[in-house]
Amino acid sequence: MSLGQVTSATLKKDLRLEWRSKDAINTMIFFALLVVVIFSFAFDPTAEESRRIAGGLIWVGFLFAAVVALNQTWARELRNQALDAFRVSPAPANALFIAKAAGNFIFVMVLEAVMAPLFIVFYNLRSVGPSYQLAIVAVLATWALVVNGTFFAAMSIRTRSREVMLPLILFPVSIPALLAMVQATTGILTGDFSPQFWVALLAVYDVVFTTVCLLLFETVLHAE
Amino acid sequence: MYALLGENGAGKTTLLRSLAGLSRPSGGMIKLFGESNIRTVVQRLGYMAHPSLLYEEMSGMENLLYFCGLYGMQDAGQRCREVIQLVGLDPELTRRVGQYSQGMRQRMSLARAIVHDPELLLLDEPFSNVDIASTRDMVRLLGTMRDGGRTIVIVTHQASLLEGVADEFVSMHAGRVVGRTAHLPTGSEMTGVSAR
Repeated sequence: MSLGQVTSATLKKDLRLEWRSKDAINTMIFFALLVVVIFSFAFDPTAEESRRIAGGLIWVGFLFAAVVALNQTWARELRNQALDAFRVSPAPANALFIAKAAGNFIFVMVLEAVMAPLFIVFYNLRSVGPSYQLAIVAVLATWALVVNGTFFAAMSIRTRSREVMLPLILFPVSIPALLAMVQATTGILTGDFSPQFWVALLAVYDVVFTTVCLLLFETVLHAE
Repeated sequence: MYALLGENGAGKTTLLRSLAGLSRPSGGMIKLFGESNIRTVVQRLGYMAHPSLLYEEMSGMENLLYFCGLYGMQDAGQRCREVIQLVGLDPELTRRVGQYSQGMRQRMSLARAIVHDPELLLLDEPFSNVDIASTRDMVRLLGTMRDGGRTIVIVTHQASLLEGVADEFVSMHAGRVVGRTAHLPTGSEMTGVSAR
C-alpha cells in the first residue's frame, strides 16, 4: 500500500466523517464568530487603527478556533479505539499524519473563507498593500498552525485532560509562526513595511516543522 | 485454535494486545512468524478488540472499504460483501455503525478483523452481547477458518461455546499461563491450583 493511497483514503474518510457529524466546523465557526463580535464591541477603532490591529485579532481568533478542529480530529479516532485498527495495519504512519494535517488545513481554510468577509465588515478593513499576498500568507500561516497542531494533538490524545494539554504545548511552539503571520498581515494591510521577510520566515517554519513532525510521528503513533 | 481463559485482570487482553504489537511486554520477547519486530508481520495479523474499532458515522461497508485500503486491497467491494455475509449481516445495509445493536457491531468488528484474510487471528471477547444463534454462526465460521489453516487465539469468558472447536484451552492467572488442556478446564485448572 502506497503512502499516497492511504493518505487519500484517510483524508476522504475524515472529510466524510466531518461532513456527517459537523463536529469541528460548526464549533470552529461559532467560536470565531464570537471572537469577531466580542472584539468589535470591546474596541471601536478607526480604519487606520483597524488595519494595525486586525492581523493580531484575525490570527489569534483563528488559532483558538483551530484548536477545536485539532482536538476533534483525534477524538474521533479514540471513539471505539478506531486508531488501534490503523496501528495494527501495515499502512505507513506518515500517511495518517499527512491526511489529518491536510484535513485540518481544509477545515481551517473553510473557516477563514467564511470569517474573512465578517472581519472586513466588522473592522472596516481595506488593504493598502498588495492584497493578493494575503492569500499566500493565509496558506502558509494555516499550514503552520495545523501541522504542529495535528502533531501535538496526536501526542496529547492519551493524556487525561487533552483539551487543556494541546494549547499548553502548541501555543508556545507556535509563537514564531504567530509573530510572522501577524506581522506579514499587518504589513500587507497597512503598507507600512514589506511583508517579505515574515512570509519567508513562515515558509521556513513550515518546512522545518513539517519535516520534524514527519520524522517523529511514527514514534508518537506507536507510543503507549 | 486457542481459547484464552481466566478471571478479570488475569492478563488475557494484555497478552492479546502484546501479540498484536499494541502493547510492549514488560519482560521477555514475542516472535510471530519468526519475527521479533511485529510491525513487519502485521499484514498477516487480524485483531478484534473489545471495542469495535469502527467509525460510528460510516456504514459497515464504508468502514470495511476504508480498512481494505490500509491493507493495500484494491477494488475490495466484492471481498467486503462476502465477509459481511459471512458474519451474518446484510452488505446492502446503509445504516451507520453508530445505529447498530451491540451484537451487530461485534459481527462487523469480526468482519473488519478477517477482511484481509489474516493467517493469525486475535479475538478479544468476540461473542459478548451476541445472541446465541449468531454466536453459533460465528463459532462455525471460526472453525472453518481454523480448518483452512488459520491460527486463532480467542479471549473469552464463554469457554463452553468453544468446546469441541478449540484445540487448546489456555488458562491464565495473574499474568501467567497456569494451565493448558485439550478439554474445557475445571475450576481448579482455571485458577492454576492443579498446575502448581
